[in-house]
Parts: sequence; C-alpha cells; structure tokens
Amino acid sequence: MTSPNMHDWLNQHGDYLYRFALARLRDPHLAEDVVQETFLAAIKSPNFAEQSAPRTWLTGILKHKIIDVMRKNVREIAASDLMTDEDANMDEFFDEKGHWAEPPLAWDMPEDALEQKQFLGVLQNCMEKLPAKAAQLFLMRDVHETDNDEICKELNISTTNAWVMLYRARMGLRKCLEINWLGA
Amino acid sequence: MLDCKQASQLISQSLDRSLTLRERLSLKLHLLICEFCKRFSQHMQTIRVALKQMTSSIESNDSIEMPSATKSRILQSIESIKD
Repeated sequence: MTSPNMHDWLNQHGDYLYRFALARLRDPHLAEDVVQETFLAAIKSPNFAEQSAPRTWLTGILKHKIIDVMRKNVREIAASDLMTDEDANMDEFFDEKGHWAEPPLAWDMPEDALEQKQFLGVLQNCMEKLPAKAAQLFLMRDVHETDNDEICKELNISTTNAWVMLYRARMGLRKCLEINWLGA
Repeated sequence: MLDCKQASQLISQSLDRSLTLRERLSLKLHLLICEFCKRFSQHMQTIRVALKQMTSSIESNDSIEMPSATKSRILQSIESIKD
C-alpha cells in the first residue's frame, strides 16, 4: 500500500530535494546519498502515510541529513591536518611592514544577468580550489550560517583558531576571484 | 595604528563576531585613510552575498535533476525495506 505513494513522492519531489542538497553540500555524490537516506528514513517513519505536505516534511528530514554529513566532514578534517595549518604565515599577502603585497583592486560588480552568472561560475571554481578543509569551514560558516561556537565545538578548536582559518579561506578566495574574474 | 594586515584580520573577524568598541574605532579610522582595505571589506561582503546567491540559484535551477540511476537505486532500496 505504501509503495506507490513513495514512488510518486520520488517523482514529484526527488529532483527538488536533490537540488536542495546539492546547493548546500556542493557535491553531487553526497547530495544523492542524503536524498536516498531521506527517503529511507521517510518510509521507515510510522507517520509517513499521514503527511499532507510531503515536500515540507521530506525537506525537514533532508536538512537533518545534510547537517549530519557536514558534521562528519568537518570532524574528518579536524582529525587530519587542520591544526597544523593554522599558523601558516600570510607572507604571500603582506610585506614585512603589514602592507598589502598586492593591493586589492577595485571590482566592477557584474550588472547584467550573464555577467552575474559568470561571476558565480568563477566563484564556484575558486571554492573548489580552496584546500578541502578551508572550503568546508567556509561553507559551514558563510553558506549555512552555522554558529561560530557550534563550528568550534564540532572541530574541537578554539574560536581564535576558527577566526584564523576563516580569515585564510577568505583571503585565498578573494585572491582567486580577483585573478580569475578580473583577469578573464 | 593598525596596519593593513591587522585591519584585514579585523574585517574578516567582524563577519564572525562582534568587534570591541576599541577595535571598531581603530578599524574605522584605518578605513578612512586606506582605500585598499576599504576595497577588501567590500569584497568580503560581495563574496558573502554571492555565495548565498549561488545556493539559491542551484536550488531553483529546474534543469538540475537527480540522475535516473540514483532514482532507480532509491526505489530499489525502498522496495527492499518493505519486504
């Protein structure tokens, strides 16, 4: 009795849920996995037959699955070499007097839709070029707006360390954008 | 007096925490005289806004679909649970 229902749900909401997950995880395989887990959790739920707004309900489950994945990623990062990198110096960005080695340029912000799309494309590429750990932290903070304290708890680091890592990630991303977008 | 390295650190941290009054004042002072750090600050805002745009543009892009192999895989796993 439940099967046709779930089948329909997959057809009606599967793509939407996939896009929702992809927009947050930025990784097709992870996005597929969380959608699958969401449907499995849904069918196991005793009250799934009574859902009158399945999309909202499924999205709620999906959100939890996405957060779980991010936590897991971030913990794996913390277990690797995250901590050794925090003191890496910023010599590539500043001279010994603390002046910009290469001063930030004035950006002409994209005005029409096509330019905006190009800008987002470059940003995406630059995100992918960030070291995995930095990118992950950045996604958690600036895309998910995860609370700083929560990030630190997940990573088991001090807030000061988190600020340093976010700073480095932002510096790298800005630089990459400047080279690849303005240079294009 | 802040140098640009310190100023850029404070600008980044202002996205993550509330700066103290003293920090806010010294940053303001620096930004009054430093065009480069002012740009840097604008770039930080631009990036933040663009990342959010990116999220919503993926979410609303109807041409992105879940691969059909994945759909079949999900259906199969649902069936196997039911049995």
